[in-house]
Amino acid sequence: MFELIIFFAYAIVLVCAAVGVIVARNPVHSVMFLVLSFVTSAVLWLLLEAEFLAMTLILVYVGAVMVLFLFVVMMLDIDVSTMRSHFMRYAPLGVLVAAIGVAEVWSVVWLRSQGLPVGAGPEPAAADYSNTKELGAVLYTEHVYAFELASFVLLLAIIAAIVLTMRKRTGLKVQDIGKQVSVDRADRIRIVKMKAEKD
Amino acid sequence: MVTVTHYLMLSGVLFAISVAGIFINRKNMILLLMCIELLLLAANFNFIAFSHFLGNPDGQVFVFFILTVAAAEAAIGLAILVVLFRTRASINVEDMDSMKG
Repeated sequence: MFELIIFFAYAIVLVCAAVGVIVARNPVHSVMFLVLSFVTSAVLWLLLEAEFLAMTLILVYVGAVMVLFLFVVMMLDIDVSTMRSHFMRYAPLGVLVAAIGVAEVWSVVWLRSQGLPVGAGPEPAAADYSNTKELGAVLYTEHVYAFELASFVLLLAIIAAIVLTMRKRTGLKVQDIGKQVSVDRADRIRIVKMKAEKD
Repeated sequence: MVTVTHYLMLSGVLFAISVAGIFINRKNMILLLMCIELLLLAANFNFIAFSHFLGNPDGQVFVFFILTVAAAEAAIGLAILVVLFRTRASINVEDMDSMKG
């Protein structure tokens, strides 16, 4: 019963935050609502005993990805008024599609759960249970290739982001290390032979 | 008692909201990226709920990889957005018509 109250309280906050993301006028407010929905989801994941992923969601998503979003939103000078000009035109269609989607998912989930033993979940884990240890045990054995592939994807993302946003500006006074190293004595000094001055 | 049905219905609602967001904010590219993040979150909910109720940690491993790919996608998407803004001074999707698609 207590669990149900927590679930519904956070589910309502989560849905309200998600609605806030899509209807907020200011993109900065959208990012903040998205942060709220991620934090709320992390709490719900804790309820599902996925502690490691809940912490990862907060650290990686709220801490890194959302801050990146915030940087970009604040860096770009977005003209919000023209963006919102057709807001009301597409709103009925969006709401219609969302309502149909919810109706379909709910009907299927509700129908399929009839007569199935979906009632109580597994017993709550013991106090000394470590979700991180359990996840690590399968991550580094069964899924080790996928894990290495994930690291490659991240490397690719780093390189792609740097290459995309790097720009060469002309007229900058920068040092050319190659030229500096290969400099010759003759390039720098010139010995002039001249007669001594006499008065 | 919270059952797997509750979580599936919540994730269905979340998914529908983000799809509606893609319809509503179809001009603002940065909000489209945010809606995609929300959509992935809804998908992750299903994985974690089933992982918990079936007692199988593989679902959580899958979510781990989805988070990795989503972070990479966000980084590259935002980099493209910054480059786009630099050349066009706009992130309106309707301005991106140079390929006459």
